[in-house]
Amino acid sequence: MTEKTHELRLTVNGVTHELTVPARRLLSDALRHDLGLTGTHVGCEHGVCGACTVLVDGKPMRSCLMFAVSAVDVEITTVEGLAHQDGSLGPVQQAFRECHGLQCGFCTPGFLTTITAGIEENPDPTEDEARDMIAGNLCRCTGYQNIVKAVCRAAELKAQGADR
Amino acid sequence: MKPAPFDYVRPGSLGEALQALAGHAEAKVLAGGQSLVPLLSMRLAAPAVLVDINALPDLDHVRVDAAGVRIGALARHARVLADPDVARVQPLVTQALANVAHATIRNRGTTVGSLVHADAAAEMPMILRLLEGSVDVVGPSGRRTIAAEDLYVGPLESSLHHDEIAVEAFFPALPANTGVAFAEIARRHGDYAMVGVAAVVTVEGDQITSAKAGYLSVSDVPVVVDLTETLQQGGDPGETALALLEPETDIHATAEYRAHLVRVLTARVLTAAVENAQERV
Ligand SMILES: Cc1cc2nc3c(=O)[nH]c(=O)nc-3n(C[C@H](O)[C@H](O)[C@H](O)COP(=O)(O)OP(=O)(O)OC[C@H]3O[C@@H](n4cnc5c(N)ncnc54)[C@H](O)[C@@H]3O)c2cc1C
Ligand code: FES
Ligand code: FES
Repeated sequence: MTEKTHELRLTVNGVTHELTVPARRLLSDALRHDLGLTGTHVGCEHGVCGACTVLVDGKPMRSCLMFAVSAVDVEITTVEGLAHQDGSLGPVQQAFRECHGLQCGFCTPGFLTTITAGIEENPDPTEDEARDMIAGNLCRCTGYQNIVKAVCRAAELKAQGADR
Repeated sequence: MKPAPFDYVRPGSLGEALQALAGHAEAKVLAGGQSLVPLLSMRLAAPAVLVDINALPDLDHVRVDAAGVRIGALARHARVLADPDVARVQPLVTQALANVAHATIRNRGTTVGSLVHADAAAEMPMILRLLEGSVDVVGPSGRRTIAAEDLYVGPLESSLHHDEIAVEAFFPALPANTGVAFAEIARRHGDYAMVGVAAVVTVEGDQITSAKAGYLSVSDVPVVVDLTETLQQGGDPGETALALLEPETDIHATAEYRAHLVRVLTARVLTAAVENAQERV
């Protein structure tokens, strides 16, 4: 028996894609396998690690806990959509680079999306607020200290570049 | 792992959603998916049909009046948590929601979904029991209101019928002279708690006229204990609670440690709730 498929449109980083997938296709897999946007990483696949976090209408959500078929009425932003128009690094990416906020990089896409939304909501986070912002993301390498620094630095860079 | 295949419908009206549920004994409602999708991916559940309620109209409301807080089935935890009127009329809802998962999960998960998922480790079912709230459900034979005390029948089991959809939850307002407090211990903030306790205390001058505490993650259903007499007679509220609780050992904590947390957190939330009540006289 062949599995029933659904034709749908996903808007990712401002581009609308048409794809045909079974209902059980996780949004994370649709992004990676169907659209080739492999920046979104998959760690645990049950909501715990945060690696797969994308922005849904600007809010961070787990792409491994959504089905592609139910992501049709929303704007999705993945890590590929966080750079500036001219291709230069966005403020959160730049801050991670400056603060050495990544080592192996596996967790990084989830942190970048989460923090992008986080500093939108709280443009001037304290260190404690920065920790709270990233509490739902796991990193096995860095020990988090430099990621916390990067949150504060990203907020600074964003404020400086507010006119971009 | 990936979910097993299922049929998927995304109805645009409540009537269609009810029909889709009624049409199949193994159909399940999909709300925020923050509990259901992990169960599907781990293949602990394999429903034949998923009825996605996210496109239903008029269910994403949070309404607050003097009687209390009404939360629609599509209101996400984050939205309810951020509502200043909710915090004013029933602060315990806000205090507990701040402990439900991480912000990212709260952006998608619904408060009503958490209530009917009936996890004894979750915050909101216990809070609904403690505050004596209710859930409104709609099924083939119309709408009915299920009182919290009738909602939780067993571990991860609510009294909702398989062909019913929960549409709204109600948390009564906090009366005058009454205070609340919430505390939980988790490995990390945002994780499921090893033990969580909330208290509601009413005072008249220096006298405590009513005191109740709710417990999550201790027994396999949310439990509410009346501590009024114990406190009036100078007894030990932690021991009164433990007599009615069944702490168990699991990967997160031993039964002894849970019992210890029950004693410590009961004392802590009672003190805080009394103070809060005295501020609200
Ligand atoms: C990493 C992680 C950490 C978490 N930590 C916590 C925590 O600390 N505390 C906590 O309380 N929760 C926690 N959760 C769970 C979260 O709160 C869920 O959002 C919530 O339990 C379920 O809401 P939902 O809308 O996602 O429901 P879904 O996952 O869509 O559904 C859950 C169940 O309820 C049924 N259902 C949902 N809505 C309705 C409805 N309207 N009518 C009838 N049936 C319905 C579904 O059929 C399903 O059986 C966590 C989740 C994750 C992934
Ligand atoms: S892969 Fe989605 S949270 Fe881990
Ligand atoms: S940099 Fe390796 S997991 Fe975070």
